[in-house]
Amino acid sequence: MAKDYLFEIGTEEMPAHVVPRSVKQLADRTRKFLKENGLKFKDIKTFSTPRRLTLLVEDLAEKQDDIDEIKKGPAKKIAQDADGNWTKAAQGFARGQGMTTDDIYFEELKGTEYAYVHVQKEGKKASDILLGMSDIIKAMTFPTKMRWDSNDFEFVRPIHWLVSLFGSDVIPVKILDITAGRKTQGHRFLGDSVVLANADDYEDALKDQYVIANAEERKDMIVNQMNELVKKNHWQIKPDKDLLEEVTYLVEYPTVFAGSFDEKYLNIPDEVLITSMKDNQRYFEVYDENGKLINHFIAVRNGNKDYLDNVISGNEKVLVARLDDAQFFYDEDRKYPLSHFVDRLKNVSFHDKIGSMAEKMQRVRMIGDYLAKRWNLPENVVTDFDRASELYKFDLVTQMVGEFAELQGVMGMHYARLAGEDEEVSVAIKEHYMPATAEGPLPETTVGSLLSVADKIDTIITFFGAGMIPTSSNDPYALRRYAYGIVRILLNEKWSLPFNEVLPEIINMLGGVTPAKLPKGDAEQEIADFIRDRVKQYLQKNKFKYDIVDAVLASSQQDPSQILAAANVLQLHHDDEEFKPVVESLTRINNILKKAKFTGKVAVDESLFVDNSEKELYAGVQNLQNIDSLANLYQGFVHLQPVIDQYFEANMIMDKDEKVKNNRLAQLFAISELADRLGDLSKLVIK
Amino acid sequence: MADKKLNIQNMIFKLEQFWSSKGCMIMPSYDVEKGAGTMSPYTFLRAVGPEPWAACYVEPSRRPADGRYGENPNRLFQHHQFQVVIKPAPKDIQQYYLDSLKVLGIDPLEHDIRFVEDNWANPSMGCAGVGWEVWLDGMEVSQFTYFQVVGELDVKPTMSEITYGVERLASYIQDVNNVFDLEWGDGVLYRDIFKQPEYEHSKYAFEESDQEQLLKFFDIYESTAKRLLSQNLVHPAYDYILKCSHTFNLLDARGAVSVTERAGYLSRIRNLAHEVAVKFVEEREKRGFPLLKSAEDKKAGVENG
Repeated sequence: MAKDYLFEIGTEEMPAHVVPRSVKQLADRTRKFLKENGLKFKDIKTFSTPRRLTLLVEDLAEKQDDIDEIKKGPAKKIAQDADGNWTKAAQGFARGQGMTTDDIYFEELKGTEYAYVHVQKEGKKASDILLGMSDIIKAMTFPTKMRWDSNDFEFVRPIHWLVSLFGSDVIPVKILDITAGRKTQGHRFLGDSVVLANADDYEDALKDQYVIANAEERKDMIVNQMNELVKKNHWQIKPDKDLLEEVTYLVEYPTVFAGSFDEKYLNIPDEVLITSMKDNQRYFEVYDENGKLINHFIAVRNGNKDYLDNVISGNEKVLVARLDDAQFFYDEDRKYPLSHFVDRLKNVSFHDKIGSMAEKMQRVRMIGDYLAKRWNLPENVVTDFDRASELYKFDLVTQMVGEFAELQGVMGMHYARLAGEDEEVSVAIKEHYMPATAEGPLPETTVGSLLSVADKIDTIITFFGAGMIPTSSNDPYALRRYAYGIVRILLNEKWSLPFNEVLPEIINMLGGVTPAKLPKGDAEQEIADFIRDRVKQYLQKNKFKYDIVDAVLASSQQDPSQILAAANVLQLHHDDEEFKPVVESLTRINNILKKAKFTGKVAVDESLFVDNSEKELYAGVQNLQNIDSLANLYQGFVHLQPVIDQYFEANMIMDKDEKVKNNRLAQLFAISELADRLGDLSKLVIK
Repeated sequence: MADKKLNIQNMIFKLEQFWSSKGCMIMPSYDVEKGAGTMSPYTFLRAVGPEPWAACYVEPSRRPADGRYGENPNRLFQHHQFQVVIKPAPKDIQQYYLDSLKVLGIDPLEHDIRFVEDNWANPSMGCAGVGWEVWLDGMEVSQFTYFQVVGELDVKPTMSEITYGVERLASYIQDVNNVFDLEWGDGVLYRDIFKQPEYEHSKYAFEESDQEQLLKFFDIYESTAKRLLSQNLVHPAYDYILKCSHTFNLLDARGAVSVTERAGYLSRIRNLAHEVAVKFVEEREKRGFPLLKSAEDKKAGVENG
């Protein structure tokens, strides 16, 4: 008969973010363990709080299935030698079945005698197998582990108790000097220890001891209590899943409460107030019905409603101390002109091996001006960019950002506005950090986009220059994210940037101007490849067909916007009727060139034409030469395709006359160069 | 809470009494400037090696960069820590800590007490530990750590360290918003004792310190520490390492250390910290790890008695 199996690891308070993934890990490992041991079960339910990781294995079989099988072995003449002694083969056969040669008997099968054993094994008992749960505890991994007492054993926090109950029976799993029993612990302050008669008593017994072991239930309690408060007071809150999740795993018995602070602090920028409440205190900020931040907050206590006033006033006091600090920083920072901070950036390091922030800002200005010129950006954008580039890191040395690092950029924007800087300049200071995550929002303004791209290009160039190049497993400075951000902004703004051309120009321009080491030789190509890999990531993320991604990236094209345009054209026409013949014709040209090892770029000589089809093709290719849009280029190929085919029919490319041959190859080369703008079409999978 | 609010010195008495009842020796504050109670030899040196150790003490902790001329209600050039270190860490150390709060009149049932993850590291001393900050109704009042590495040596057996922020806890108990309004003892306020030194130390750290001189001090202290280490004079060497650390903090407050140099200074201190930790264990071993022996004798005595 199957019974439920309860397994609980009781610990000192685990970090909130570790609990959910650890209980999942415990369940996954146990599931695997039970399967490997042939113990059947229905499902595994998990419970978790800051002090416990718990599994309830439902309907676990009491033992493995029994084995009762006849196993056939080698023929008798192989099993025994001439003297009737057991051979190695026979011994091996018996051993393999967990038996000895004494168990072997012979039976005839189709005229030959074979060795047999009758394997009869009673399935092992679950109660024995489950003792192995201690190995699962030992195998668990955590982001940070610790030793305690004099042990070498490591776990996320010290283990204090284990519960291991199969139905009503204790399975005495052991770890260190702890032996599992039937006693669990209630809430640290409100509850007592409980002795469980049965595995199934767990959830209810703990509820009596002020522990809501089911994390989802705890979360629901928090949400419901919060909604009640919000409704009663006509407030609004913005759902913050991460914070809700964290708070759920910070408590065993949640009670939601509201507190408030003096309205005078509302002069401080919202972002500062929210950071003070959320990051430091794990409070939810509160808005009025019009969505305006107000002087209240919502928090969760680990306990019941008793003495809640104490808790509220304590929390209010802490918040006021924090807001006083914030007010102090805000007031102090505003005492100085922006230039006071900018001057100090000379002494702020961007990176030890690269140089100061002030030097970085000078480089970024040069890079941005160069790009603006390339993209013909309007004069007012350049003016605003130049101003922003003179300022944009200044908030790093403000007291506010010193205290709340995550407000970098945001504080810069606020302070710049207060100092009377243009709105475009102020916003660019905030936006240059965007996108802050791989798929995070992009800058909305042109100046912000330009500043962001210039800043990130500088970061990548100087890190590569200093030899700090990311590896596949190690990218401590998030250079991949920066490069991906560049790609996304370029595509968003439709800015063309062929990196093979641009990188040497930028590096050349910076050479001798900045003390930072710049990439040389191979490094330039490495950067171009590095960025190209991010284009690939972008295309994959945006669901382009894999063969199209391969094709466009195999071209010599280095401009992300051109690569994207090519991918779009190919994706759009991929299923057209003409697609296949066009691709085949163009691929054929490439194959011929490859076979002939022809790489010379020479002008086609019309005087060497023999056949009329040569003239036609020549004219057709001339027509395609000046097409800008890749969509039109593709259409051009669609029209050219019959001409190409006719050309192949009428002419031998590898003519005996060397001159004619080379002239024809030159003609094909011109087509192949045009096709390369779309990609290496031989990578396409054509059905 | 009692009607008469607990002043700071009574708070300290109660903590000393409580922890001595748990087997801790009450040590005096150590007389070399330092940034935290952890840097007292009663914690740093005693954390390494196999010998048991249990001590508590008040430690003035100097953080030059946090100086605010005595004008900020919460930030101080020098605050005080009440430090408790026990090795090996008792199994019930968390419960001891909670009991100590009760002694101060803080009943967990009347408050919200939380252990919130905060792994501690002091890279300049080659230290790292795992633990929490303890929240009392949302306020961080203590730091609770199981040392894992000190002076780049594995701490084994593990030492538990509890650091109470004396001013934080007192402002909660006395219900004041400004640290200078705290009562230290018998009607004497914190401001009466510390306001002037706060101003003067801030003035010194931010305006009057002589960078050239401090840089020279650092070099002299460092070379002295090295020389003493080479002669196996562990304790005086450690004093000079503490002086290096404090001198660096003064330079840092002055903004005199660029980020590049910063890493260099920190690694110089870390190297010394590692060396002194290794030397300390060697010297204790030469003496037969006396505390280990006396603990064994004590245990044997209990068993035989």
